[in-house]
Amino acid sequence: MQSFGVFAETFLQALTAGLLVGAIYGLMCVGLGLIFGVMRVINFAQGDFLMLGMYVTLYLVAGIALLPFQSSTAVPFVAAIVAGPILCAAGYLLHRALISRVTGTRAAGVEGEGHYAQLILTLGLSLIVQNGGLILFGSTPQSVRTALSSRAWEIPLRFNDTAALFLNQARTIAALVSIVVAVALYWIINRSRLGKMLRAAADNSMAATYMGIDVDRAHRIAFGIGIGVTAVAGGLVATFNPFQPYVGLDYVIIMYAGVVLGGMGSILGAYWGGMTIGLVQQLSTLVLPTQLQNATIFVVFLLIVLIRPQGLFGRASERV
Amino acid sequence: MARRGGLGTSLVIIALLALAWCALAAVVANSYYLLMLTLVPIWAVMGLSWNLLSGYTGLVSFGHAAFFGLGAYTVVIALIRFDLTPWFGIPLGTLVGALAGIVIGYPTFRLRGHYFALSMLAYPMALLYVFVWLGYQEVALPMKRAEPAWFMQFADYRVYVALAVGLLVVALLVSLAVERSRFGMSLLAIKQNEPAAEAAGIDTLKWKMRAVMLSGALAAAAGGLYAVVLLVVTPESVFGVLTSAQALVVTLFGGVGTLWGPVIGAAILIPLSETLQAELGDVLPGIQGVVYGVAILLVILLAPEGIYWRLRDRFYRPRRAPPAEMDASADTEAAAAPAELPARDPILRVSGLNKSFGGLRAVADVGFEVHAGEILGIIGPNGAGKTTLFNLLNGFLRLDDGEIVFDGHSMIGLKPNRVCRFGIGRTFQVVRSFARMSLLHNVVVGAYAVTTNDADAFRLAREALRRVALSAEADDMAGKLTNKQLRLMELARALAGRPRLLLLDEPLAGLGSAEVEDVLALLRSISAGGVTIVIIEHTMRAMVRLAGRFIVLDHGRVLASGLPNEVTNDRNVVEAYLGAKWAAIRAAD
Repeated sequence: MQSFGVFAETFLQALTAGLLVGAIYGLMCVGLGLIFGVMRVINFAQGDFLMLGMYVTLYLVAGIALLPFQSSTAVPFVAAIVAGPILCAAGYLLHRALISRVTGTRAAGVEGEGHYAQLILTLGLSLIVQNGGLILFGSTPQSVRTALSSRAWEIPLRFNDTAALFLNQARTIAALVSIVVAVALYWIINRSRLGKMLRAAADNSMAATYMGIDVDRAHRIAFGIGIGVTAVAGGLVATFNPFQPYVGLDYVIIMYAGVVLGGMGSILGAYWGGMTIGLVQQLSTLVLPTQLQNATIFVVFLLIVLIRPQGLFGRASERV
Repeated sequence: MARRGGLGTSLVIIALLALAWCALAAVVANSYYLLMLTLVPIWAVMGLSWNLLSGYTGLVSFGHAAFFGLGAYTVVIALIRFDLTPWFGIPLGTLVGALAGIVIGYPTFRLRGHYFALSMLAYPMALLYVFVWLGYQEVALPMKRAEPAWFMQFADYRVYVALAVGLLVVALLVSLAVERSRFGMSLLAIKQNEPAAEAAGIDTLKWKMRAVMLSGALAAAAGGLYAVVLLVVTPESVFGVLTSAQALVVTLFGGVGTLWGPVIGAAILIPLSETLQAELGDVLPGIQGVVYGVAILLVILLAPEGIYWRLRDRFYRPRRAPPAEMDASADTEAAAAPAELPARDPILRVSGLNKSFGGLRAVADVGFEVHAGEILGIIGPNGAGKTTLFNLLNGFLRLDDGEIVFDGHSMIGLKPNRVCRFGIGRTFQVVRSFARMSLLHNVVVGAYAVTTNDADAFRLAREALRRVALSAEADDMAGKLTNKQLRLMELARALAGRPRLLLLDEPLAGLGSAEVEDVLALLRSISAGGVTIVIIEHTMRAMVRLAGRFIVLDHGRVLASGLPNEVTNDRNVVEAYLGAKWAAIRAAD
């Protein structure tokens, strides 16, 4: 009975950790899913924009600390949210300068609809951002630590007097913030005029063009928002996980795993996909050494694409 | 591949290149430059390895580091644990690379495009963490002072240059052999249109598996030598993304799908990035990656095919072959009457065929027989299930239930290429050509199904082209052809496989009336030559003159079958096409 209690406690602990991390993974997946859903473009550099979100958050926090008034523990979370619009603007401009050359209307009619060029272009971008990041930020792992990072809420468990569930405060607040951002984005996409434009461009870009929608502009906006949302998620992760310029690679696989799991093109699916990946990652620590935690994600990703490439919610379709 | 001739030239260039490289090494004394002279061939091999898989098949791999790293770690672990010399360790690593190719390729080839590229990335990333976990963070090769040569440890750096050049020569010869055989041609066909290649009798999975094995072996050999040269191996340096990226970048930069691209790319980019790394690495630690990133951006935006093709297009114009003589027989074909009443044995027997997509029954309980030598027309309104029926017959789709017997053999569960090899050729509603291959090469791909001899394949292809009166255009790129020529080319590709049964999916679509007459005459002559034809077509006027017998499909079911007159006057058929009102009017007449 005692051993069951211990197991239940560790299990519940891993489960809550999975849900908290999963909420943030969900948000980053939504950013990638939005870009893929609207543009049908694989952005290989998405993880590196997430990394930029982390560093922007770091520098914003450092900047705010220099200000004369009393700094609050809420600062990192506000900074993470502010990183969103900053990288959104960067993404918007980047799309205009580079991405649009190989996507959208310019890619129509090119062999394989230009997927080849898109994959490789974003790989190039990723290399530049990663290694440029190394030059600018250095290779020392950084973190945005606050008093909350090492504080936890303790929730006693009923079945055992000594057992308790610990909720790291930074993780919990980050997860809550990510849920708020995800809900706001959901509202924008499903309720607002802008969202209508994006959905129209995603659904049938030809028809959208005929209806007077500037599809290239829709793509630019989607790319910007997608980058911004992922950057916010990055900033939130930064409040409890250390990071360095190459960190994007780990997350890009997490993001793709989530997006594929949710069914490529579905934004809501991407959220649940990311959530699932978070759970799998944390629960895997129950049976596997922690060093293999990241390897698990890659294996899970491979299993997903190989066994159910249409995702959990999608349906198989093949046309010849 | 697309260029025959010049085998001797290629061999001479390879020999001269190897000699020049070794000569250069002989006069250079600086050990840093010698290291560079070693690294360039190693990365060129890596590029050739990537090219063999991704350049020829078009399946972009972001994970060649997996093979490279396995090769490197095999050599290191063999030396440390089992005291095995790299002279055996590298071949062992090569074997491991080929095996990894099988293990990785078999499941991953089910994926295409994005999915393929991303999953390939996941393999080296997973391996990286596994090797860290196994405790191989940083492994140095132990110095063997007793027998340095036996353990591939040379004081004179020039020996390493010679070894690297030797490996490069092997990689070049392998690539050359692939490029000039049906292996390379099949890979190119897969790159340009995989379903068409499969339907033309190319066993696409088999060729892709061979490509990934060879590619994995070469990459692992490069990795093994890399470990020996650098003496220290870390998971990041061999399994890292930069390794995969480097393989891709040198190839893209130099030129994809060609022997010389990776060599050119490595010769320019490796010294550049290594020098920058050495000069500026302390101040700007990521400069190497930035250089590669910028190189990729520039290539994609300015010269997406790479430097080699750019230069070739600028300086080299292919000599046009003299137009081949037109074959008169193709024009004055036997104007065979639309086949006498079918009386012979059924060559194809279909019964109880079912296929559903979700809730939609696309083909429901379809059964019919096709008699040897006849022309059978399949008609029906849009969405009646005609093309789905063809996709079931030639194996693109798996049927839910039913029986397909061709010439006494069951076709159930066979892949399209096997079906093709049994003698069922096919064309597509939307022409599927290999756009960047010449007409002749498009057709040769179809001929591989019936002969193992490449010369025979070319003979069959020329014959098929003569049959459809396209001999004069044999060397034109398929991308340049008119719609009619493309339709004829597809027909020739099917004919080159010596089919006994041809499945033609709307071969008259988009043709003008004069062109329709030409194609009709050709189809009659093919039929007169003993080939059984099943044809889907909308143009009823053409169909009643061509087909001896009709089957009408509607909502996936056989609505009617019989002689042209019977079918066109059948009330159900008229109703399906024109609606109940028209059927009533016609019945009243």
